[in-house]
Amino acid sequence: MSSAKRSSRASSRTSVQERNPAVSTSATGASAAKIGWRDRLGAYKSHHRLTAEDALSRLTSSPVQTVLTSLMIGIALALPAILFTLLSNVQLLSGAWESQSRLSVFLNPQASSAAINRLRQDIEQLPGVSAIEFISAAQALQEFEDYSGFGELLSSLDENPLPPTFLVEPVVSTPDELESLVSALSEDPIVDLVQLDMEWLKRLQGIALLAERFVVTLGCILGIGVLLVIGNIIRLAIENRKDEIIVQKLVGATDAFVRRPFLYTGTWYGLGGGVMALLLVLITQLLLSGPVDELATAYGSTYSLEGIGFDGGCNLVIASAVLGWLGAWLAVGRHLSDIEPS
Amino acid sequence: MIRFEHVSKRYDGGQDALTDLSFELPEGDFAFLTGHSGAGKSTLLKLVMLMERPTRGQVIVNHQNLTQMRSGQIPYLRRHIGVVFQNHQLLFDRTVYDNVALPLIISGFQPRDVGRRVRAALDKVGLLDKEKKNPIALSGGEQQRVGIARAVVNKPPLLLADEPTGNLDPELSEEIMGLFQQFNDVGVTVLIASHDIALITRLQRRVFGLAKGRLVHDGVLRRQAHMA
Repeated sequence: MSSAKRSSRASSRTSVQERNPAVSTSATGASAAKIGWRDRLGAYKSHHRLTAEDALSRLTSSPVQTVLTSLMIGIALALPAILFTLLSNVQLLSGAWESQSRLSVFLNPQASSAAINRLRQDIEQLPGVSAIEFISAAQALQEFEDYSGFGELLSSLDENPLPPTFLVEPVVSTPDELESLVSALSEDPIVDLVQLDMEWLKRLQGIALLAERFVVTLGCILGIGVLLVIGNIIRLAIENRKDEIIVQKLVGATDAFVRRPFLYTGTWYGLGGGVMALLLVLITQLLLSGPVDELATAYGSTYSLEGIGFDGGCNLVIASAVLGWLGAWLAVGRHLSDIEPS
Repeated sequence: MIRFEHVSKRYDGGQDALTDLSFELPEGDFAFLTGHSGAGKSTLLKLVMLMERPTRGQVIVNHQNLTQMRSGQIPYLRRHIGVVFQNHQLLFDRTVYDNVALPLIISGFQPRDVGRRVRAALDKVGLLDKEKKNPIALSGGEQQRVGIARAVVNKPPLLLADEPTGNLDPELSEEIMGLFQQFNDVGVTVLIASHDIALITRLQRRVFGLAKGRLVHDGVLRRQAHMA
């Protein structure tokens, strides 16, 4: 029995220090003993440590139940964590695409080369432009012939239907900034059309925002589930230790003292659940990274899956521990006042 | 040490446990509380420990008026009152040592002081060699003495006992009473609820007699005296 082990450990610790107990002093006195604040703080800290150890050893004494409960908490938290990781990958990816986007500025075919040169200088002056490339109508035709395979079709035409074009690489990244760059470019009279094929990116971002809401909501719902699971466990623990609570209250335990072991139990469960959730996330990452790499290679990209990361992992475990503490706190608040000595 | 001023206690069911009860137990006194079961002995002890609150009147314990005491202060009141229960209220999931140490740990003693005081208390009740045993392995008399050690380990100025010899044979009862007298000798105020008239009469101490929630006797019980 682990409790016997615990108590013998506690008494052996003191017996080393107290080989010769001062038994000459009687156990009674006219006034109750006074304790200095320094001793009180030391005792408070050591009681916290002992309570935490005791709560942990109670959990490890029934490992199967503890692991199953932690796993239950872990699964509930792993789901939103995995979705969140995937979501941040999508956001990262769309961000990368956005920064790679280019603007095609189609010019009036009748524009003079002087006007084109002036516009080139104007564009280079614009803030938010990192590079600019000019493709003349002849070059465009050449490229079209080279890549499309419809060169003969074009040669049958009297004149080159393709306009001269500037390819502008913006350094700005948000859709709004791009939007204003587009309107700035469109103002020039020789510009026929500025094309920014960003609509699909906007839609993707819209979907990502929706998905984020969904993941956050799901996370909240599952978090409440974890609170309830831990609350129920703590309720049972309180029920099992009813006698102990009554005796503690009879000999002058404050509510904080009575509450403490249960708060530690909840925190340990939360911590265990957090570690389980992290393991599940890492396993999922491992399983997904191969196929993602293959897919990326097929698209000629070097993209690879961004994992939950060290910070994310820490946050997950800490959040889980906090949930455990909170669940225990709620349960203790509800059930402890029901137990009064009578 | 304990003063009751016109105290009445009526339980929720409408049953009167105590009616207009007034008495005073001075510091350092040793007294018995007696009466048939249902006379209000337990209720009186519960009022002293604030396990119950009076319906009317004032209860003053250790210079503190309990009527005005907030529930957050109750633990600190109880730390100054040692209580011995008829059913011991020992915890069977831990050793004798840990049972006795509980009030000290709750009061915030350092582990080194806990060890010294627990052993002093166990020595006092003659159970120093049983500290590592589980209380369930002890006899009824020994269990009661563990309960006494736990009640006095914090050196409370007031010691209450509710039928401490209820389940014990006369010889063991005598022994337990001897212990209470020793604590009283060093200044502890002792109040013992008991219906063991033979024992009470023999000890020749002050006796509060309760009947139907009223105080019907106050003074040393003579051999021929009969309870109302």
